[in-house]
Amino acid sequence: MAELQPIALTVNGEHHSLVVDTRTSLLDLLREHLGLTGSKKGCDHGQCGACTVLLDGRRANACLALAVAHDGADVVTVEGLDHPLQDAFVERDAFQCGYCTPGQLCSAVGMLDEAERWDERLDADYVRDRMSGNICRCGAYPNIVAAIEDVA
Amino acid sequence: MEPFTYRRASSTEDALATHGSATRGAKFLGGGTNLVDLMRLGVETPSELVDVSRLECSIDAGEDGGLRIGAGVRNSELAADRRVRSRYPALAQALLAGASGQLRNLATTGGNLLQRTRCPYFQDVTKPCNKREPGSGCPAREGEHRNLAIVGHSEHCVATHPSDMAVALAAFDAVVHTSRRAIPLVDFHRLPEDEPWRDTVLEPDELIVAVEVPPLAVAARSTYRKVRERASFAFALVSVAAAYDGNDIRIAFGGLAHKPWRAFAAEEAIRSGASFRDAAEAELEQAKPLRDNAYKVELAARTLVRALEELS
Amino acid sequence: MSVAPTRVVGTPADRLEGRDKVQGEATYAYEYEVEHVAYATPVVSTIAKGRIRSIDSSAALAADGVIAVLTWENAPKLPKAEGELAILQSPQVSYRGQIVGAVVAESYEAARHAELLVRFEYDVEEHDVELRADHPTLYKPGKVNPEFPTDTEEGDVERALEEAAHAIDETYTTPTEHNNAMEPHATIAIWDGPSLTLYDSNQGAHAHRETFAKTFDMPPEQVRVIARHVGGGFGSKGTPRPHAVLAALAARHVERPVKLAVTRQQMFTLTGYRTPTIQRLRLGCDERGMLTAIAHDVVEQTSTVDEFAEQTAVVTRMLYASPNRRTTHRLARLDVPTPSWMRAPGECPGMYALESAMDELAIAAGIDPIELRIRNDPEIDPESGNRFSTRNLVACLREGADRFGWKPGSRRNGRTLAGLGVAASTYPARRRPSQAHARRNGDGTFTMRVGAVDIGTGARTVLAQIAADELAVELDRIHIEIGDSAFGSAPVAGGSAGASSWGTAVVRACRLLRAGDEDEVHVDTSDSADAEEPLAKHGFGAIFVEAHVDVDTAEVRVARALGVFGVGRILNPKTARSQLIGGMTMGIGMALMEETRVDGRLGAFVDQDLAMYHVPVNADVLDVDATWIDEDDPHINPMGAKGIGEIGIVGTAAAVANAVHDATGVRVRDLPITPDKLVGRI
Repeated sequence: MAELQPIALTVNGEHHSLVVDTRTSLLDLLREHLGLTGSKKGCDHGQCGACTVLLDGRRANACLALAVAHDGADVVTVEGLDHPLQDAFVERDAFQCGYCTPGQLCSAVGMLDEAERWDERLDADYVRDRMSGNICRCGAYPNIVAAIEDVA
Repeated sequence: MEPFTYRRASSTEDALATHGSATRGAKFLGGGTNLVDLMRLGVETPSELVDVSRLECSIDAGEDGGLRIGAGVRNSELAADRRVRSRYPALAQALLAGASGQLRNLATTGGNLLQRTRCPYFQDVTKPCNKREPGSGCPAREGEHRNLAIVGHSEHCVATHPSDMAVALAAFDAVVHTSRRAIPLVDFHRLPEDEPWRDTVLEPDELIVAVEVPPLAVAARSTYRKVRERASFAFALVSVAAAYDGNDIRIAFGGLAHKPWRAFAAEEAIRSGASFRDAAEAELEQAKPLRDNAYKVELAARTLVRALEELS
Repeated sequence: MSVAPTRVVGTPADRLEGRDKVQGEATYAYEYEVEHVAYATPVVSTIAKGRIRSIDSSAALAADGVIAVLTWENAPKLPKAEGELAILQSPQVSYRGQIVGAVVAESYEAARHAELLVRFEYDVEEHDVELRADHPTLYKPGKVNPEFPTDTEEGDVERALEEAAHAIDETYTTPTEHNNAMEPHATIAIWDGPSLTLYDSNQGAHAHRETFAKTFDMPPEQVRVIARHVGGGFGSKGTPRPHAVLAALAARHVERPVKLAVTRQQMFTLTGYRTPTIQRLRLGCDERGMLTAIAHDVVEQTSTVDEFAEQTAVVTRMLYASPNRRTTHRLARLDVPTPSWMRAPGECPGMYALESAMDELAIAAGIDPIELRIRNDPEIDPESGNRFSTRNLVACLREGADRFGWKPGSRRNGRTLAGLGVAASTYPARRRPSQAHARRNGDGTFTMRVGAVDIGTGARTVLAQIAADELAVELDRIHIEIGDSAFGSAPVAGGSAGASSWGTAVVRACRLLRAGDEDEVHVDTSDSADAEEPLAKHGFGAIFVEAHVDVDTAEVRVARALGVFGVGRILNPKTARSQLIGGMTMGIGMALMEETRVDGRLGAFVDQDLAMYHVPVNADVLDVDATWIDEDDPHINPMGAKGIGEIGIVGTAAAVANAVHDATGVRVRDLPITPDKLVGRI
């Protein structure tokens, strides 16, 4: 039998109380239960970054986060982002198919915050390394780096 | 994924009690970056998860000048810690060479040590693997093992341990504190021998609470060099954590064995005045490469020499 | 004939769906809200060859939330289904990872759990999954894709090689490679009486509709395929894949809408891959470097399910001239999934070998590799004898050499060796029949409907740009609707022919609309036979790479890469550059890391996820750029454009390998160039 547990969490500022299967990932919770399909499933194993959201302010792979383990969390997905980086991505053509884009955006917003919090020098090499958890098979990397540098 | 119950532990005692009361197969959950991954593959099938990720989340200065790193400290926070960066730079570098930014935000110190091998046979439940299914065989020995072990393997298993962090900790004489005892990190992970399903000496109901890094002057002059098939976000072919100040020396390898490989023989050779190359060869003499991974012997030697030259 | 001046075409317009994509509002196949939907998951074989002896579904059916288990024993019959799509029709297993069942459940979690509970007993037969140059089953296929002769022979290659002033004879291999688009293939199947609607992640709504209609033996009008946003394809979504048939079968069986996404692991066996190749290249030239012999002999694989004959040596027939020429293709029929299209099938692996061999010949002859290519640039297509519509390979080589600072020769900087490499690139310039629909709205706007699919190419945007010019309005006056088989028939987004084909129909529709009084027009370009003289139509390019190799660890990094292309008129420089550098990035991956290893004993792919199958990450891509020369080719389509989706990848792997050789003196002839192949040799 599936094990069900109640959880409550805030997503993009909106409060949700619901009962979930303990096996449900935060990603599937967002996509299948809350209708927030902006966060993408590219591998379901933390190997591509398409599912990246801001979990309690930090970028994290929603596919490996069990929803029950994040009872009480504050989640921001691409639908809840309102960041100049989004315009920069369009302007710089920092995507093609767009499937990795929500994860790239959440990851980049999280990375910018990390660089500030940890007092790290944000040059192109830093961005390239720290954004390497977000795979873009279309190969938009130079444009992604340019977009991030535009707003950094 | 099989159904399971989930409990968030309020303390180490609570975690142990909850774990103990589970009917079968309870597992402690940290960040979940490997455990959830393996559950989804059907490799791990716990009936109960006891979430310990919110326990022991601080990095405290030890009285002797070392650091006590709580098991729940996230990899990213540990890498960013100023004391780690300045006193144990190879540890910070190793952490940052592992996984990705978003995974490091989830992954915990305790969980990192308990990562399971990324041997592709282990991760596919439709293929034989002695580590996953004792007695089913090790197809990697005759099959694909380009990135598997060259030292300390057995006829039953040629897997490597994937952690970068643990390699630096092994070099720095770290000690794992569990709910029962203190275990030197170099003794924490096992060689496969004839029980490849046992990665560590930890008992099933034993919980890591902290990792202690002792004061070590030489660690301030340390580096972590990871060789991989792409520039980031890949497991090591070979890695080296080295600390050297012209006098004291610490060396550990990653990617070579079922455990982080502390290079005692190489350290001894250098203390005796051997060249870096000779020291590397002294360590790698015991290598028994498989059909397709002899390159690792040369790669490990060169990577070590390079790391030591950079520190000299 | 020349191409009309433009106003909106040629400008770097932002992607029309860009806002949707950065706000998470672009809806991909799996994401449509459908009432009462059930979740299906494939169950796949765990042996490479044999027959299913028995099936026990009881544990799966007893599991919480499970609605049904489909296997060959109870699945609806599909007598018209062919090849990889004839799933669940017999107990035969032809490769490991083949679909042998499906679980349908109320939730995704329940379906994935029960997937592991279906028990199969097999009568196992001996398998063979390993390609070898001397494989006993090698045979000569009747043709190679799509309709090329399998072999060609002119003159006397053997003799020419013996008499050549300089000659090389080398064998190059490329491994199994997987497309690995970011969006896993997904389908929502909805039956409404006899009609089937599919939200599907694919590269061609109409091609999928036709195949589905055939597979389910129903009129095409009763099938609707919707693919508004697609998360990449690179060929793997060009042909219908078996999981989509499974979704439709499952939906029919449970009489509910069903959604199904293959897992990343399943993508490795269910969604196609690039065949491994073993290519022997023999080149001979005279003292001046003029080619006297070209021989390209290819060994590759297909499956027992279907024949897929990649046209690997076809490009060698047209790139350089020589009086003595020979190309051959041989296939081994193995117990593997059928190979399929992956970005520039044929040209990509073939040019890796040919352009590596040209580099080797240049060195043997003591001639600069650019100069060797320029000397051998033919006036007419050596294959057909036809003129080229435009061929600017020499201009691309010269322009690139100038911009890149072409000065080969190994340079050492600390513990790093640097070297330069160059390779030619080419890809056919095609146009296929397409329909388009144009409507004048009352408010000064226009609506274009084209059955195109935008897999990330920017198709929506360039088609709207084309329409804006033809209708002499601003870009924001154009509404464009694509990705639906309910619109007029249109070809797949593939073969670098999308914009060329759809754009021609858009031009025709807009001109018809402007010329007449109707507010709505529909055109079909299939009637516009090419009455002009026969021409060889290809895009050309030159790829330049600076490789850095660590002398200790043998890690290779591409420090700089520049592609210079002659690909007709560029419709949108912003999206074009993205596509070209994207192709080059995939070529860097091919050169340095991409490989799906095979376990012969288990008959299985060993690598089946993105941790094991390495594709380039951000840190691998340093300075990669693309540019183009002015070229106007009126012979392909009224826009003067050639396709750009594939030419970026074609020459890149050879350019990287040549640069690694220039840096280190080591020639790696089996891709990818990983540290194990170089360490200790530098």
